[in-house]
Amino acid sequence: MATIRLTINDKSYSVDTDPDSNLLTVLREDLDLTGSKYGCGEGQCGACTVLVDGKTQRSCITSVGSVLGKQITTIEGLVKGDRLHPVQQAFLDEAAMQCAYCTSGMIMSAVALLQQNTMPSEKEIVNFMDGNVCRCGTYPRIIRAIQRAAKAQAPAVAQGVGR
Amino acid sequence: MSAKTNCEIPLEPERYELRAAAPYRFDLDRRDFFNFLGAGIVVVSVLTPAIAAQESGGGRQRRGEGLPQEIEAWLHIGEDGKVTAYTGKVEVGQNIRTSLSQAVSEELHVPIERIELVMGDTQLTPFDMGTFGSRTTPTMNLQLRKVAAAAREALLASAAEQWQTDRHQLRAAESRISDPKTNRTIDYAALLKGQQITKTIAADQPLIIAAQWKVAGQSVSRVDGRDFVTGRHRYPSDHKLPGMLYGKVLRPPAFNATLVSAETENAERVGVTVVQDGNFLGVAAPNSKAAETAIAAIHADWKVQPQISNKELVDYLRKNAAESKDPTGDGDRFETGSVDQALSSADHKLQTTYTVQYIAHVPLEPRAALAKWDGDQLTVWTGTQRPFGVRSQLAEAFHLPEEHVRVLMPDMGSGYGGKHTGETAIEAARLARAAKRPVKVVWTRQEEFTWAYFRPAGVIDVVSGARNDGTITAWEFHNYNSGSAGIRSYYDIANQRIIFHEVDSPLRQGSYRALAATANHFARESHMDELAHGVKMDPLEFRLKNLKNERLRAVFEAAAKQFGWGKSKSAGQGFGMGGGYEKLGNIATFAEVNVDGKSGEVKVVRVVSAFECGAVVNPDNLRNQIEGSNVQGLGGALFEAIEFENGKILNGRLSQYRVPRFSDLPVLETVLLDRKDIPSVGAGECPMVGLAPAIANAVFNATGTRLRALPLVPNGLKKS
Repeated sequence: MATIRLTINDKSYSVDTDPDSNLLTVLREDLDLTGSKYGCGEGQCGACTVLVDGKTQRSCITSVGSVLGKQITTIEGLVKGDRLHPVQQAFLDEAAMQCAYCTSGMIMSAVALLQQNTMPSEKEIVNFMDGNVCRCGTYPRIIRAIQRAAKAQAPAVAQGVGR
Repeated sequence: MSAKTNCEIPLEPERYELRAAAPYRFDLDRRDFFNFLGAGIVVVSVLTPAIAAQESGGGRQRRGEGLPQEIEAWLHIGEDGKVTAYTGKVEVGQNIRTSLSQAVSEELHVPIERIELVMGDTQLTPFDMGTFGSRTTPTMNLQLRKVAAAAREALLASAAEQWQTDRHQLRAAESRISDPKTNRTIDYAALLKGQQITKTIAADQPLIIAAQWKVAGQSVSRVDGRDFVTGRHRYPSDHKLPGMLYGKVLRPPAFNATLVSAETENAERVGVTVVQDGNFLGVAAPNSKAAETAIAAIHADWKVQPQISNKELVDYLRKNAAESKDPTGDGDRFETGSVDQALSSADHKLQTTYTVQYIAHVPLEPRAALAKWDGDQLTVWTGTQRPFGVRSQLAEAFHLPEEHVRVLMPDMGSGYGGKHTGETAIEAARLARAAKRPVKVVWTRQEEFTWAYFRPAGVIDVVSGARNDGTITAWEFHNYNSGSAGIRSYYDIANQRIIFHEVDSPLRQGSYRALAATANHFARESHMDELAHGVKMDPLEFRLKNLKNERLRAVFEAAAKQFGWGKSKSAGQGFGMGGGYEKLGNIATFAEVNVDGKSGEVKVVRVVSAFECGAVVNPDNLRNQIEGSNVQGLGGALFEAIEFENGKILNGRLSQYRVPRFSDLPVLETVLLDRKDIPSVGAGECPMVGLAPAIANAVFNATGTRLRALPLVPNGLKKS
């Protein structure tokens, strides 16, 4: 047991836990950030996806000890004030969900994708998102949502805002 | 004859759907309503015996029994104008929270954002058998439209009385009533001030016809969508209570194992609650890691027994079939004409066998429950399609009257027919009783794969006869174990023998989206393709020649047109179709596949579905359901199968059990046939049934290889 300091959504947290505890459990049990979901526990479904220094990470197989001093972003950290992130808005606009249990992980993966590739092709979206499972089968809508978000973000990125 | 023919086919009972005990009886006491809800108006819908029988999911058990009248839904408008509708149905991702709100909004003339739906809470909502069988739209949607219409009429009457005017010159819109003649207006809230009005809807409550819908029939966006894209929504597994412990159960090494002895001292030493009660052995700890550690510290001896493997499954199902017990033509057995005579005089005869494997639902949110005791009152939050069924299970498990048990169902992370039961609710409640604190149990993915239940495996034998001109004259169809849903043929065949054979399943099996209809349609529509090939007819022409049902013909024709049936194909390319009638909906699915000649990899390239389910309630949501059925259906069609041996699941992890992913996605095209003249029915299941045969038929079209087992190509197409 140790006191672990984590930076999540630009806030500092202290947690008494083992460094080998997985990040997902710490988020959900210790910090009550339940937007990240458990789906498989072996990094196969993507429901637990968070960003660590801007890159996607499966929090269910990530130890908290490995993310010390890093910037962790969860689904709860995307909203700015009242304004949804363009990817969140695009998921709503395209009705890209059914039960929506996969949605947090899908959105986090999509945010990371668009940060490294502002206008991905459909094939690039499929390749990047293939580790995220939607059992309800809303994949075509999620692809459209990512394309919509890319278009919505394009002018903002060009002007250097919204990053 | 079109609409009539479909309605005349009885709803086929599903063997593995629940057979629940007598419905809960709810006393209607108007004082109770107002104590609980506050003043205003309450409108109650009472279930007719006919609907009650269908809603049981096993109508035949109830035939001839006079059912008590039951409350199905109610609606309250408070003095503040707030509208709340109460239904025992639950939201599992099919988006009925939105479509039911649309129904209320349409008839009540209240903006949709001012309507709240209370769902699946056994204390607050009327009894409901469960959310399954595509019954919400044909029943609950209709009931809520009726209660909303009755409420609107009561409000109009009340305003007319207050203004001493003719009710028929008044208009209701935007939560208010106006009199165009005098320009007077009054909003619903003002009208209800200090009132206590109760109303039961009339059986013949008139409704706005579909052609005039303004809110219903539209692609209204999800009512609470923002909570889902921000992670704010609390699913069952997200719920917490102060002082809550985390529960975990020690699982046996195999199915049907018996606990002989257990050493639990090591677990108890670390300060967790350990409960051993018969075959149940579980712990409750301050966090999930401590619970896991405690479980790992327990040494238990189990008595196990040899059990069959999926390699022996087909033989097992045939050899262990029971004689059909129900010769009444009620789903288990149906006979007309003389099959034997027709077969012996047929120009073409064909005998084939089709098989389906057990598959898992894999709802992305595994089973979860949070249980809390207050004395002998038990409250459980859990993910289930049957909150009232889980309440009964809890009452039985803990020897409690049902009134002492409250089950709440927060909108959950899907079910697909796989969450009809209350395993985690019972486990959490047992641990909470011992720990004297609230306890949450969330299953791991491996537990969900192993200790839930599966879609039944099955063997289907089909024998048919046809004349040279393509008329089918004989049809014999035997289904072993997989179920009787969708077993009857919608093709017009003079001589038929259709029998379901019950088997004592080696694995725990239960409901699954589209039930046995997927297996039965796979066998029927594959066999139709084979028979068309035998009589040298185009498969579409052959189907239409033997099909009178206008609604089903319409979807086949619409899908064929969109698909471009009859176009030429290139090497490796194949086209096929499948379709049918299920849960009152009509589907035709056309598939294009590409088979890699070298690797044998089968890729589904394009899927065109034409679907008709009466008047469309929400077009975009309907498309979402059809697309989802096709994507999920790809798994069962192509590669999903549970492997088991000696009471163990061999591939019970997501890294070992393949589910459809982005890269499996074909181009999906959906044609909606909106029949505003026909009552709306559900859409969560029917669209799935045409896919597997369409793919199998397309693979045959591409390669000449006939695949008769689901999944079709778990390892690609092997060269013969």
